[in-house]
Amino acid sequence: MDEARISRHGSRARLWLAGGWLLIALLAAIFAPLVAPQDPLAQDLMLERLPPFWLSGAEPGYWLGTDSLGRDLLSRLIFGARIAFIVAFAAALAACLVGSTLGLIAGYFGGFADRIISRIVDVWMAFPPVLFAILLVAVLGTGLSSVIIAIAVIDWTRFCRVIRAETMGQSRMDYVENARIAGYGRIGIMLREVLPNVVPSIVALLSLEMGIAVIVEAILSFVNLSISTDDPTWGGIIAEGRLSIHQAWWVLVFPLVTLILTVLSFSQFGEGLRARFDPVLR
Amino acid sequence: MNALAKSCLDIRDLSAVLPNGLRVLRSVSLSVQPGEVRALVGESGAGKTMIGKAVLGVLPPSVRIVEGDMLLEGEDLGKLQPKARRTLIGARTALIPQDPLTALNPSRRIGPQMTDRLVRILGWSGEKADTRIRQLLDEVQIRDPERVLKCYPHELSGGMRQRVLIAAAFAAEPRLIVADEPTTALDVTVQKQILRLIAQLQREHGTAILFVTHDLGVVAKISQKVSVLYAGKVVEEAETAALFAAPQHPYTRALMAATPRYTDPLASLKPVDEAVLAGLAAEIAAADQAWRHPHG
Repeated sequence: MDEARISRHGSRARLWLAGGWLLIALLAAIFAPLVAPQDPLAQDLMLERLPPFWLSGAEPGYWLGTDSLGRDLLSRLIFGARIAFIVAFAAALAACLVGSTLGLIAGYFGGFADRIISRIVDVWMAFPPVLFAILLVAVLGTGLSSVIIAIAVIDWTRFCRVIRAETMGQSRMDYVENARIAGYGRIGIMLREVLPNVVPSIVALLSLEMGIAVIVEAILSFVNLSISTDDPTWGGIIAEGRLSIHQAWWVLVFPLVTLILTVLSFSQFGEGLRARFDPVLR
Repeated sequence: MNALAKSCLDIRDLSAVLPNGLRVLRSVSLSVQPGEVRALVGESGAGKTMIGKAVLGVLPPSVRIVEGDMLLEGEDLGKLQPKARRTLIGARTALIPQDPLTALNPSRRIGPQMTDRLVRILGWSGEKADTRIRQLLDEVQIRDPERVLKCYPHELSGGMRQRVLIAAAFAAEPRLIVADEPTTALDVTVQKQILRLIAQLQREHGTAILFVTHDLGVVAKISQKVSVLYAGKVVEEAETAALFAAPQHPYTRALMAATPRYTDPLASLKPVDEAVLAGLAAEIAAADQAWRHPHG
Protein backbone atom coordinates (compact mmCIF):
# COMPACT_ATOMS: atom_id res chain seq x y z
CA MET A 1 0.00 0.00 0.00
CA ASP A 2 2.70 2.45 1.09
CA GLU A 3 4.92 1.30 -1.68
CA ALA A 4 2.12 1.78 -4.15
CA ARG A 5 1.55 5.29 -2.86
CA ILE A 6 5.23 6.16 -3.10
CA SER A 7 5.54 4.81 -6.62
CA ARG A 8 2.38 6.64 -7.64
CA HIS A 9 3.81 9.80 -6.11
CA GLY A 10 7.09 9.22 -7.91
CA SER A 11 5.40 8.63 -11.21
CA ARG A 12 3.35 11.80 -10.82
CA ALA A 13 6.42 13.94 -10.07
CA ARG A 14 8.19 12.35 -13.00
CA LEU A 15 5.28 13.06 -15.29
CA TRP A 16 5.13 16.72 -14.22
CA LEU A 17 8.85 17.42 -14.34
CA ALA A 18 9.34 15.74 -17.70
CA GLY A 19 6.13 17.17 -19.10
CA GLY A 20 7.08 20.63 -17.84
CA TRP A 21 10.42 20.63 -19.60
CA LEU A 22 8.90 19.29 -22.81
CA LEU A 23 6.16 21.92 -22.71
CA ILE A 24 8.67 24.74 -22.24
CA ALA A 25 10.83 23.42 -25.07
CA LEU A 26 7.81 22.90 -27.30
CA LEU A 27 6.43 26.38 -26.69
CA ALA A 28 9.84 27.90 -27.30
CA ALA A 29 10.06 25.97 -30.56
CA ILE A 30 6.61 27.04 -31.74
CA PHE A 31 7.07 30.69 -30.85
CA ALA A 32 10.77 30.79 -31.66
CA PRO A 33 10.70 34.09 -33.60
CA LEU A 34 8.95 35.79 -30.65
CA VAL A 35 10.93 34.19 -27.87
CA ALA A 36 14.44 34.18 -29.26
CA PRO A 37 16.32 37.28 -28.09
CA GLN A 38 18.45 37.54 -31.24
CA ASP A 39 18.45 36.45 -34.84
CA PRO A 40 19.96 32.95 -34.69
CA LEU A 41 21.84 33.47 -37.94
CA ALA A 42 23.14 37.00 -37.37
CA GLN A 43 26.91 36.96 -37.20
CA ASP A 44 28.86 39.68 -35.46
CA LEU A 45 32.57 39.21 -35.15
CA MET A 46 32.70 41.94 -32.52
CA LEU A 47 30.63 39.70 -30.26
CA GLU A 48 32.39 36.38 -30.84
CA ARG A 49 32.69 33.86 -27.99
CA LEU A 50 30.84 35.90 -25.40
CA PRO A 51 30.49 33.90 -22.18
CA PRO A 52 27.12 33.12 -20.53
CA PHE A 53 25.52 35.83 -18.42
CA TRP A 54 27.01 35.01 -15.02
CA LEU A 55 30.63 35.25 -16.19
CA SER A 56 32.54 38.46 -16.58
CA GLY A 57 32.60 39.82 -20.10
CA ALA A 58 29.01 38.79 -20.80
CA GLU A 59 26.78 41.12 -22.82
CA PRO A 60 23.14 41.66 -21.83
CA GLY A 61 20.78 40.06 -24.33
CA TYR A 62 23.17 37.16 -24.99
CA TRP A 63 22.14 34.99 -22.03
CA LEU A 64 24.02 31.85 -22.88
CA GLY A 65 26.84 33.56 -24.74
CA THR A 66 27.79 33.41 -28.39
CA ASP A 67 29.74 31.07 -30.66
CA SER A 68 32.90 31.79 -32.61
CA LEU A 69 30.95 33.66 -35.26
CA GLY A 70 29.21 35.82 -32.69
CA ARG A 71 25.80 34.17 -33.07
CA ASP A 72 23.56 34.06 -29.98
CA LEU A 73 23.61 30.56 -28.50
CA LEU A 74 20.20 30.71 -26.77
CA SER A 75 18.47 31.81 -29.97
CA ARG A 76 20.19 29.05 -31.90
CA LEU A 77 19.08 26.48 -29.32
CA ILE A 78 15.50 27.75 -29.50
CA PHE A 79 15.41 27.57 -33.28
CA GLY A 80 17.14 24.19 -33.14
CA ALA A 81 14.29 22.96 -30.94
CA ARG A 82 11.92 23.48 -33.88
CA ILE A 83 13.74 20.96 -35.99
CA ALA A 84 14.23 18.61 -33.06
CA PHE A 85 10.50 18.56 -32.29
CA ILE A 86 9.34 18.28 -35.88
CA VAL A 87 11.63 15.31 -36.37
CA ALA A 88 10.66 13.80 -33.02
CA PHE A 89 6.92 13.93 -33.68
CA ALA A 90 6.88 13.06 -37.35
CA ALA A 91 9.46 10.28 -37.27
CA ALA A 92 8.18 8.69 -34.06
CA LEU A 93 4.58 8.76 -35.27
CA ALA A 94 5.47 7.21 -38.60
CA ALA A 95 7.60 4.50 -36.95
CA CYS A 96 4.84 3.86 -34.42
CA LEU A 97 2.11 3.56 -37.02
CA VAL A 98 4.00 1.08 -39.17
CA GLY A 99 5.59 -0.88 -36.35
CA SER A 100 2.54 -1.14 -34.12
CA THR A 101 0.26 -2.22 -36.94
CA LEU A 102 2.63 -4.95 -38.06
CA GLY A 103 3.32 -5.97 -34.46
CA LEU A 104 -0.38 -6.23 -33.71
CA ILE A 105 -0.98 -8.36 -36.79
CA ALA A 106 2.00 -10.63 -36.11
CA GLY A 107 1.13 -11.05 -32.46
CA TYR A 108 -2.57 -11.59 -32.90
CA PHE A 109 -2.75 -13.76 -36.01
CA GLY A 110 0.52 -15.60 -35.43
CA GLY A 111 1.37 -18.36 -37.88
CA PHE A 112 2.36 -17.31 -41.37
CA ALA A 113 1.91 -13.56 -40.90
CA ASP A 114 4.02 -13.69 -37.76
CA ARG A 115 6.79 -15.68 -39.42
CA ILE A 116 7.07 -13.24 -42.32
CA ILE A 117 6.97 -10.11 -40.18
CA SER A 118 9.35 -11.47 -37.56
CA ARG A 119 11.91 -12.50 -40.16
CA ILE A 120 11.81 -9.03 -41.72
CA VAL A 121 12.33 -7.49 -38.30
CA ASP A 122 15.25 -9.82 -37.57
CA VAL A 123 16.99 -8.91 -40.79
CA TRP A 124 16.21 -5.21 -40.29
CA MET A 125 17.65 -5.15 -36.80
CA ALA A 126 20.88 -6.72 -37.98
CA PHE A 127 21.83 -3.40 -39.62
CA PRO A 128 23.71 -1.03 -37.29
CA PRO A 129 21.11 1.74 -36.87
CA VAL A 130 23.32 4.83 -37.08
CA LEU A 131 25.19 3.61 -40.15
CA PHE A 132 21.86 2.63 -41.66
CA ALA A 133 20.56 6.15 -41.04
CA ILE A 134 23.64 7.77 -42.56
CA LEU A 135 23.36 5.49 -45.55
CA LEU A 136 19.67 6.25 -46.01
CA VAL A 137 20.17 10.00 -45.80
CA ALA A 138 23.06 9.73 -48.22
CA VAL A 139 20.73 7.96 -50.65
CA LEU A 140 17.66 10.13 -50.05
CA GLY A 141 19.63 13.36 -49.93
CA THR A 142 19.80 15.70 -46.97
CA GLY A 143 16.75 17.58 -45.81
CA LEU A 144 14.10 17.41 -43.12
CA SER A 145 11.88 14.83 -44.81
CA SER A 146 14.84 12.52 -45.52
CA VAL A 147 15.80 12.58 -41.86
CA ILE A 148 12.25 11.79 -40.82
CA ILE A 149 11.92 8.97 -43.32
CA ALA A 150 15.30 7.53 -42.34
CA ILE A 151 14.40 7.42 -38.65
CA ALA A 152 10.98 5.91 -39.30
CA VAL A 153 12.42 3.30 -41.64
CA ILE A 154 14.98 2.26 -39.06
CA ASP A 155 12.96 2.38 -35.88
CA TRP A 156 9.61 0.80 -36.74
CA THR A 157 11.14 -2.53 -35.72
CA ARG A 158 11.33 -1.39 -32.11
CA PHE A 159 7.55 -0.94 -32.02
CA CYS A 160 6.97 -4.11 -33.96
CA ARG A 161 8.93 -6.29 -31.54
CA VAL A 162 7.44 -4.93 -28.36
CA ILE A 163 3.87 -4.71 -29.59
CA ARG A 164 4.04 -8.19 -31.07
CA ALA A 165 5.14 -9.68 -27.76
CA GLU A 166 2.57 -7.70 -25.84
CA THR A 167 -0.20 -8.67 -28.25
CA MET A 168 0.74 -12.33 -28.05
CA GLY A 169 0.47 -12.21 -24.28
CA GLN A 170 -2.91 -10.51 -24.41
CA SER A 171 -4.24 -12.83 -27.11
CA ARG A 172 -3.71 -15.83 -24.88
CA MET A 173 -5.91 -14.35 -22.18
CA ASP A 174 -9.28 -15.94 -21.56
CA TYR A 175 -11.14 -12.75 -22.35
CA VAL A 176 -10.07 -13.07 -25.96
CA GLU A 177 -11.34 -16.65 -26.07
CA ASN A 178 -14.54 -15.49 -24.45
CA ALA A 179 -15.01 -12.92 -27.18
CA ARG A 180 -14.46 -15.65 -29.77
CA ILE A 181 -17.16 -17.77 -28.16
CA ALA A 182 -19.53 -14.80 -28.07
CA GLY A 183 -19.14 -14.61 -31.84
CA TYR A 184 -16.96 -11.57 -32.44
CA GLY A 185 -14.88 -11.58 -35.61
CA ARG A 186 -11.11 -11.89 -35.45
CA ILE A 187 -10.37 -8.35 -36.58
CA GLY A 188 -13.02 -6.94 -34.29
CA ILE A 189 -11.43 -8.73 -31.33
CA MET A 190 -7.99 -7.52 -32.32
CA LEU A 191 -9.09 -3.90 -32.49
CA ARG A 192 -11.67 -3.75 -29.72
CA GLU A 193 -10.38 -6.20 -27.12
CA VAL A 194 -6.64 -6.53 -27.60
CA LEU A 195 -5.57 -3.11 -28.89
CA PRO A 196 -6.80 -1.12 -25.86
CA ASN A 197 -4.67 -3.34 -23.65
CA VAL A 198 -1.61 -2.66 -25.76
CA VAL A 199 -2.11 1.12 -25.96
CA PRO A 200 -0.23 1.89 -22.72
CA SER A 201 2.85 0.22 -24.18
CA ILE A 202 2.42 2.05 -27.46
CA VAL A 203 2.22 5.39 -25.67
CA ALA A 204 5.32 4.70 -23.58
CA LEU A 205 7.24 3.52 -26.64
CA LEU A 206 6.10 6.49 -28.68
CA SER A 207 7.47 8.92 -26.15
CA LEU A 208 10.69 6.97 -25.84
CA GLU A 209 10.99 6.92 -29.60
CA MET A 210 10.62 10.70 -29.77
CA GLY A 211 13.68 10.97 -27.55
CA ILE A 212 15.55 8.53 -29.76
CA ALA A 213 14.54 10.49 -32.85
CA VAL A 214 15.95 13.64 -31.26
CA ILE A 215 19.25 11.85 -30.66
CA VAL A 216 19.42 10.38 -34.16
CA GLU A 217 18.65 13.77 -35.66
CA ALA A 218 21.44 15.28 -33.53
CA ILE A 219 23.84 12.57 -34.69
CA LEU A 220 22.95 13.18 -38.31
CA SER A 221 23.41 16.92 -37.99
CA PHE A 222 26.61 16.35 -36.05
CA VAL A 223 28.04 14.61 -39.10
CA ASN A 224 26.44 17.28 -41.26
CA LEU A 225 23.94 14.93 -42.87
CA SER A 226 20.74 16.38 -41.54
CA ILE A 227 19.29 19.50 -43.08
CA SER A 228 20.88 22.49 -44.75
CA THR A 229 23.77 23.84 -42.70
CA ASP A 230 22.17 27.25 -42.41
CA ASP A 231 19.42 26.20 -40.05
CA PRO A 232 20.60 25.74 -36.51
CA THR A 233 20.24 22.20 -35.20
CA TRP A 234 21.30 20.88 -31.81
CA GLY A 235 23.63 18.38 -33.40
CA GLY A 236 25.13 21.06 -35.61
CA ILE A 237 25.72 23.38 -32.67
CA ILE A 238 27.39 20.54 -30.77
CA ALA A 239 29.66 19.90 -33.75
CA GLU A 240 30.67 23.58 -33.84
CA GLY A 241 31.10 23.64 -30.08
CA ARG A 242 33.46 20.69 -30.24
CA LEU A 243 35.85 22.76 -32.37
CA SER A 244 36.03 25.63 -29.91
CA ILE A 245 35.79 23.69 -26.67
CA HIS A 246 38.94 25.23 -25.21
CA GLN A 247 37.94 28.81 -26.01
CA ALA A 248 34.17 28.60 -25.45
CA TRP A 249 33.02 25.48 -23.56
CA TRP A 250 29.45 26.79 -23.38
CA VAL A 251 28.86 26.29 -27.07
CA LEU A 252 29.30 22.54 -26.49
CA VAL A 253 27.82 22.22 -23.01
CA PHE A 254 24.48 24.02 -23.39
CA PRO A 255 23.23 22.12 -26.44
CA LEU A 256 24.37 18.88 -24.82
CA VAL A 257 22.47 19.65 -21.64
CA THR A 258 19.40 20.64 -23.66
CA LEU A 259 19.61 17.43 -25.65
CA ILE A 260 20.03 15.23 -22.59
CA LEU A 261 17.19 16.92 -20.71
CA THR A 262 14.88 16.56 -23.69
CA VAL A 263 15.65 12.92 -24.36
CA LEU A 264 15.39 12.05 -20.68
CA SER A 265 12.10 13.92 -20.43
CA PHE A 266 10.65 12.03 -23.36
CA SER A 267 11.42 8.66 -21.82
CA GLN A 268 10.24 9.66 -18.35
CA PHE A 269 7.12 11.24 -19.74
CA GLY A 270 6.33 8.00 -21.55
CA GLU A 271 6.72 5.96 -18.39
CA GLY A 272 4.56 8.39 -16.48
CA LEU A 273 1.87 8.28 -19.14
CA ARG A 274 1.91 4.50 -19.19
CA ALA A 275 1.25 4.44 -15.48
CA ARG A 276 -1.63 6.83 -16.07
CA PHE A 277 -3.12 4.95 -18.98
CA ASP A 278 -2.86 1.45 -17.63
CA PRO A 279 -5.95 0.64 -15.59
CA VAL A 280 -4.09 -2.07 -13.72
CA LEU A 281 -1.18 0.14 -12.70
CA ARG A 282 -3.38 3.12 -12.00
CA MET B 1 -38.15 -34.66 -34.83
CA ASN B 2 -36.57 -37.74 -33.36
CA ALA B 3 -35.41 -38.05 -29.79
CA LEU B 4 -31.79 -37.24 -30.57
CA ALA B 5 -32.57 -33.93 -32.24
CA LYS B 6 -34.10 -32.78 -29.01
CA SER B 7 -30.93 -33.04 -26.95
CA CYS B 8 -29.28 -29.78 -26.22
CA LEU B 9 -25.86 -31.13 -27.04
CA ASP B 10 -24.98 -34.37 -28.69
CA ILE B 11 -21.39 -35.44 -29.17
CA ARG B 12 -20.90 -38.62 -31.17
CA ASP B 13 -17.63 -40.48 -31.51
CA LEU B 14 -15.57 -37.32 -31.31
CA SER B 15 -11.85 -37.91 -31.89
CA ALA B 16 -9.21 -35.21 -31.96
CA VAL B 17 -5.48 -35.53 -32.59
CA LEU B 18 -2.34 -33.51 -31.98
CA PRO B 19 0.05 -32.84 -34.87
CA ASN B 20 2.14 -35.83 -33.76
CA GLY B 21 -0.85 -38.13 -34.24
CA LEU B 22 -1.60 -38.62 -30.56
CA ARG B 23 -5.30 -38.86 -29.90
CA VAL B 24 -6.38 -36.42 -27.20
CA LEU B 25 -10.05 -37.28 -27.52
CA ARG B 26 -10.85 -40.93 -28.09
CA SER B 27 -14.28 -41.45 -29.68
CA VAL B 28 -16.05 -39.41 -27.05
CA SER B 29 -19.82 -39.67 -27.03
CA LEU B 30 -22.02 -37.80 -24.64
CA SER B 31 -25.24 -35.89 -24.64
CA VAL B 32 -26.71 -33.14 -22.53
CA GLN B 33 -30.47 -32.88 -22.38
CA PRO B 34 -32.16 -29.48 -22.10
CA GLY B 35 -32.00 -28.17 -18.57
CA GLU B 36 -29.69 -30.93 -17.44
CA VAL B 37 -26.30 -30.67 -15.75
CA ARG B 38 -23.81 -33.13 -17.13
CA ALA B 39 -20.56 -33.37 -15.19
CA LEU B 40 -17.35 -34.26 -16.89
CA VAL B 41 -14.79 -35.56 -14.41
CA GLY B 42 -11.28 -36.80 -14.75
CA GLU B 43 -7.77 -35.95 -13.67
CA SER B 44 -5.84 -33.13 -15.31
CA GLY B 45 -4.93 -33.92 -18.89
CA ALA B 46 -7.90 -36.23 -19.31
CA GLY B 47 -9.31 -33.99 -22.02
CA LYS B 48 -12.30 -32.61 -20.18
CA THR B 49 -11.50 -28.99 -20.98
CA MET B 50 -10.73 -30.05 -24.55
CA ILE B 51 -14.30 -31.32 -24.97
CA GLY B 52 -15.66 -27.99 -23.74
CA LYS B 53 -13.41 -26.09 -26.13
CA ALA B 54 -14.38 -28.33 -29.03
CA VAL B 55 -18.05 -27.60 -28.42
CA LEU B 56 -17.42 -23.86 -28.22
CA GLY B 57 -15.20 -23.90 -31.30
CA VAL B 58 -12.09 -22.60 -29.57
CA LEU B 59 -9.76 -25.58 -29.73
CA PRO B 60 -6.10 -24.61 -29.92
CA PRO B 61 -4.94 -24.52 -33.56
CA SER B 62 -2.74 -27.56 -33.04
CA VAL B 63 -5.66 -29.81 -32.10
CA ARG B 64 -7.57 -31.21 -35.05
CA ILE B 65 -10.91 -32.97 -34.96
CA VAL B 66 -10.59 -36.04 -37.16
CA GLU B 67 -13.87 -37.78 -36.59
CA GLY B 68 -17.27 -37.42 -35.03
CA ASP B 69 -20.14 -35.01 -34.90
CA MET B 70 -21.25 -32.33 -32.51
CA LEU B 71 -24.90 -31.40 -32.60
CA LEU B 72 -26.05 -28.27 -30.86
CA GLU B 73 -29.84 -28.47 -30.55
CA GLY B 74 -29.90 -30.79 -33.52
CA GLU B 75 -27.70 -28.60 -35.73
CA ASP B 76 -24.54 -30.32 -36.88
CA LEU B 77 -21.74 -27.87 -36.07
CA GLY B 78 -19.37 -29.62 -38.45
CA LYS B 79 -21.69 -29.05 -41.42
CA LEU B 80 -22.11 -25.31 -40.89
CA GLN B 81 -20.02 -22.63 -42.53
CA PRO B 82 -17.55 -21.09 -40.08
CA LYS B 83 -19.49 -17.86 -39.91
CA ALA B 84 -22.84 -19.54 -39.32
CA ARG B 85 -21.22 -21.80 -36.74
CA ARG B 86 -19.81 -18.81 -34.86
CA THR B 87 -23.19 -17.12 -34.84
CA LEU B 88 -24.94 -20.26 -33.63
CA ILE B 89 -22.41 -20.91 -30.89
CA GLY B 90 -22.44 -17.24 -29.88
CA ALA B 91 -26.21 -17.15 -29.59
CA ARG B 92 -26.84 -20.49 -27.90
CA THR B 93 -23.84 -21.14 -25.70
CA ALA B 94 -21.72 -19.38 -23.11
CA LEU B 95 -18.69 -20.16 -21.02
CA ILE B 96 -18.12 -19.80 -17.33
CA PRO B 97 -14.32 -19.87 -17.34
CA GLN B 98 -11.87 -21.37 -14.95
CA ASP B 99 -9.90 -18.25 -14.15
CA PRO B 100 -12.00 -15.14 -13.52
CA LEU B 101 -8.84 -13.05 -13.33
CA THR B 102 -8.06 -13.22 -17.04
CA ALA B 103 -11.54 -13.79 -18.42
CA LEU B 104 -12.52 -10.14 -18.23
CA ASN B 105 -10.87 -7.53 -20.40
CA PRO B 106 -8.68 -5.51 -18.00
CA SER B 107 -8.98 -2.26 -19.93
CA ARG B 108 -12.77 -2.07 -20.12
CA ARG B 109 -15.29 -1.29 -17.44
CA ILE B 110 -17.61 -4.12 -16.38
CA GLY B 111 -20.80 -2.47 -17.62
CA PRO B 112 -19.91 -1.89 -21.28
CA GLN B 113 -18.10 -5.19 -21.33
CA MET B 114 -21.26 -7.04 -20.32
CA THR B 115 -23.76 -5.15 -22.46
CA ASP B 116 -21.53 -5.03 -25.52
CA ARG B 117 -22.12 -8.65 -26.35
CA LEU B 118 -25.90 -8.40 -26.07
CA VAL B 119 -25.97 -5.29 -28.24
CA ARG B 120 -23.46 -6.25 -30.87
CA ILE B 121 -23.99 -9.98 -31.22
CA LEU B 122 -27.65 -10.36 -30.39
CA GLY B 123 -28.73 -6.96 -31.67
CA TRP B 124 -30.48 -5.84 -28.49
CA SER B 125 -31.09 -2.18 -27.79
CA GLY B 126 -28.68 -0.59 -25.33
CA GLU B 127 -31.49 0.02 -22.88
CA LYS B 128 -32.75 -3.55 -23.00
CA ALA B 129 -29.20 -4.88 -22.52
CA ASP B 130 -28.68 -2.55 -19.60
CA THR B 131 -31.86 -3.64 -17.85
CA ARG B 132 -31.01 -7.26 -18.46
CA ILE B 133 -27.51 -6.91 -17.03
CA ARG B 134 -28.81 -5.24 -13.89
CA GLN B 135 -31.37 -7.98 -13.45
CA LEU B 136 -28.65 -10.63 -13.76
CA LEU B 137 -26.31 -8.84 -11.37
CA ASP B 138 -29.17 -8.88 -8.90
CA GLU B 139 -29.63 -12.61 -9.48
CA VAL B 140 -25.97 -13.29 -8.73
CA GLN B 141 -26.44 -11.28 -5.54
CA ILE B 142 -24.27 -8.33 -6.34
CA ARG B 143 -25.57 -5.73 -3.94
CA ASP B 144 -24.29 -2.52 -5.52
CA PRO B 145 -24.60 -2.99 -9.28
CA GLU B 146 -24.04 0.73 -9.93
CA ARG B 147 -20.54 0.59 -8.51
CA VAL B 148 -19.67 -2.77 -10.05
CA LEU B 149 -20.75 -1.69 -13.52
CA LYS B 150 -18.38 1.26 -13.34
CA CYS B 151 -15.45 -0.81 -12.05
CA TYR B 152 -12.51 -2.12 -13.95
CA PRO B 153 -12.04 -5.88 -13.47
CA HIS B 154 -8.96 -5.49 -11.26
CA GLU B 155 -10.99 -3.47 -8.79
CA LEU B 156 -13.13 -6.52 -7.97
CA SER B 157 -12.28 -9.62 -5.96
CA GLY B 158 -12.01 -13.02 -7.62
CA GLY B 159 -15.40 -14.08 -6.27
CA MET B 160 -17.03 -10.87 -7.52
CA ARG B 161 -15.48 -11.33 -10.93
CA GLN B 162 -16.76 -14.87 -11.13
CA ARG B 163 -20.24 -13.59 -10.21
CA VAL B 164 -19.98 -11.05 -13.00
CA LEU B 165 -18.93 -13.77 -15.42
CA ILE B 166 -21.80 -16.00 -14.34
CA ALA B 167 -24.21 -13.12 -14.84
CA ALA B 168 -22.70 -12.47 -18.25
CA ALA B 169 -22.99 -16.15 -19.19
CA PHE B 170 -26.68 -16.32 -18.30
CA ALA B 171 -27.55 -12.87 -19.65
CA ALA B 172 -28.08 -13.90 -23.25
CA GLU B 173 -30.25 -16.89 -22.20
CA PRO B 174 -28.02 -19.51 -23.80
CA ARG B 175 -29.31 -23.07 -24.09
CA LEU B 176 -25.98 -24.54 -23.04
CA ILE B 177 -23.31 -23.27 -20.71
CA VAL B 178 -19.91 -24.83 -20.51
CA ALA B 179 -18.59 -24.36 -16.99
CA ASP B 180 -14.88 -25.09 -17.05
CA GLU B 181 -13.81 -25.73 -13.46
CA PRO B 182 -15.52 -22.49 -12.45
CA THR B 183 -14.53 -22.77 -8.80
CA THR B 184 -10.94 -24.02 -8.94
CA ALA B 185 -9.29 -20.60 -8.99
CA LEU B 186 -11.35 -19.33 -6.06
CA ASP B 187 -11.01 -19.39 -2.30
CA VAL B 188 -12.52 -22.43 -0.63
CA THR B 189 -15.04 -20.26 1.18
CA VAL B 190 -16.13 -18.57 -2.03
CA GLN B 191 -16.26 -21.83 -3.99
CA LYS B 192 -19.36 -22.98 -2.17
CA GLN B 193 -21.25 -19.75 -2.76
CA ILE B 194 -20.36 -19.71 -6.44
CA LEU B 195 -21.39 -23.31 -6.86
CA ARG B 196 -24.71 -22.67 -5.15
CA LEU B 197 -25.21 -19.65 -7.36
CA ILE B 198 -24.59 -21.58 -10.56
CA ALA B 199 -26.97 -24.32 -9.43
CA GLN B 200 -29.64 -21.79 -8.55
CA LEU B 201 -29.41 -19.87 -11.82
CA GLN B 202 -29.32 -23.13 -13.74
CA ARG B 203 -32.60 -24.21 -12.14
CA GLU B 204 -34.29 -20.87 -12.60
CA HIS B 205 -33.25 -20.42 -16.21
CA GLY B 206 -33.49 -24.09 -17.18
CA THR B 207 -30.10 -23.93 -18.86
CA ALA B 208 -28.22 -27.09 -19.68
CA ILE B 209 -24.67 -27.14 -18.31
CA LEU B 210 -21.65 -29.14 -19.29
CA PHE B 211 -19.79 -28.96 -16.02
CA VAL B 212 -16.10 -29.70 -16.23
CA THR B 213 -14.45 -30.52 -12.92
CA HIS B 214 -12.01 -32.81 -11.19
CA ASP B 215 -13.86 -32.61 -7.91
CA LEU B 216 -16.24 -35.48 -7.23
CA GLY B 217 -17.74 -33.55 -4.33
CA VAL B 218 -18.83 -30.86 -6.79
CA VAL B 219 -20.18 -33.53 -9.15
CA ALA B 220 -22.38 -34.95 -6.43
CA LYS B 221 -23.75 -31.52 -5.54
CA ILE B 222 -24.55 -30.12 -8.93
CA SER B 223 -25.02 -32.71 -11.64
CA GLN B 224 -27.67 -35.19 -12.73
CA LYS B 225 -25.41 -37.18 -15.05
CA VAL B 226 -21.69 -37.87 -15.07
CA SER B 227 -19.14 -38.90 -17.64
CA VAL B 228 -15.84 -40.11 -16.22
CA LEU B 229 -12.94 -39.36 -18.51
CA TYR B 230 -9.50 -40.90 -18.66
CA ALA B 231 -6.93 -40.07 -21.35
CA GLY B 232 -9.61 -38.59 -23.57
CA LYS B 233 -11.87 -41.62 -23.32
CA VAL B 234 -15.19 -41.86 -21.52
CA VAL B 235 -14.66 -44.84 -19.22
CA GLU B 236 -17.96 -44.65 -17.41
CA GLU B 237 -21.19 -42.78 -17.83
CA ALA B 238 -24.15 -42.84 -15.46
CA GLU B 239 -26.74 -40.92 -13.54
CA THR B 240 -24.95 -39.14 -10.73
CA ALA B 241 -26.84 -40.90 -7.96
CA ALA B 242 -26.27 -44.30 -9.55
CA LEU B 243 -22.60 -43.61 -10.06
CA PHE B 244 -22.04 -42.73 -6.43
CA ALA B 245 -24.16 -45.64 -5.23
CA ALA B 246 -22.47 -48.23 -7.43
CA PRO B 247 -19.48 -47.14 -9.48
CA GLN B 248 -18.92 -49.74 -12.20
CA HIS B 249 -15.47 -48.96 -13.55
CA PRO B 250 -12.43 -49.67 -11.35
CA TYR B 251 -11.06 -46.22 -12.22
CA THR B 252 -14.21 -44.51 -10.95
CA ARG B 253 -13.96 -46.50 -7.75
CA ALA B 254 -10.31 -45.52 -7.41
CA LEU B 255 -11.16 -41.84 -7.97
CA MET B 256 -13.79 -42.02 -5.25
CA ALA B 257 -11.34 -43.64 -2.90
CA ALA B 258 -8.89 -40.84 -3.64
CA THR B 259 -11.32 -38.13 -2.57
CA PRO B 260 -10.32 -36.74 0.83
CA ARG B 261 -12.86 -37.01 3.61
CA TYR B 262 -13.12 -34.76 6.64
CA THR B 263 -13.63 -37.67 8.99
CA ASP B 264 -10.35 -39.34 8.15
CA PRO B 265 -8.33 -36.91 6.09
CA LEU B 266 -5.03 -38.75 5.82
CA ALA B 267 -6.11 -42.37 5.59
CA SER B 268 -8.35 -41.82 2.61
CA LEU B 269 -5.80 -40.07 0.38
CA LYS B 270 -5.05 -43.06 -1.77
CA PRO B 271 -3.40 -42.73 -5.13
CA VAL B 272 -4.99 -44.66 -7.98
CA ASP B 273 -3.92 -48.28 -7.82
CA GLU B 274 -1.22 -49.62 -10.16
CA ALA B 275 -3.46 -52.46 -11.29
CA VAL B 276 -6.23 -50.01 -12.19
CA LEU B 277 -3.80 -47.91 -14.25
CA ALA B 278 -2.54 -51.01 -16.05
CA GLY B 279 -6.13 -51.98 -16.82
CA LEU B 280 -6.81 -48.47 -18.15
CA ALA B 281 -3.70 -48.54 -20.33
CA ALA B 282 -4.82 -51.83 -21.84
CA GLU B 283 -8.31 -50.46 -22.40
CA ILE B 284 -6.93 -47.35 -24.14
CA ALA B 285 -4.60 -49.45 -26.28
CA ALA B 286 -7.46 -51.71 -27.32
CA ALA B 287 -9.63 -48.71 -28.17
CA ASP B 288 -6.86 -47.17 -30.28
CA GLN B 289 -6.34 -50.49 -32.06
CA ALA B 290 -10.01 -50.76 -32.88
CA TRP B 291 -10.12 -47.12 -33.96
CA ARG B 292 -7.09 -47.29 -36.25
CA HIS B 293 -8.16 -50.50 -37.86
CA PRO B 294 -11.15 -49.33 -39.91
CA HIS B 295 -9.42 -46.03 -40.69
CA GLY B 296 -6.14 -47.48 -41.83
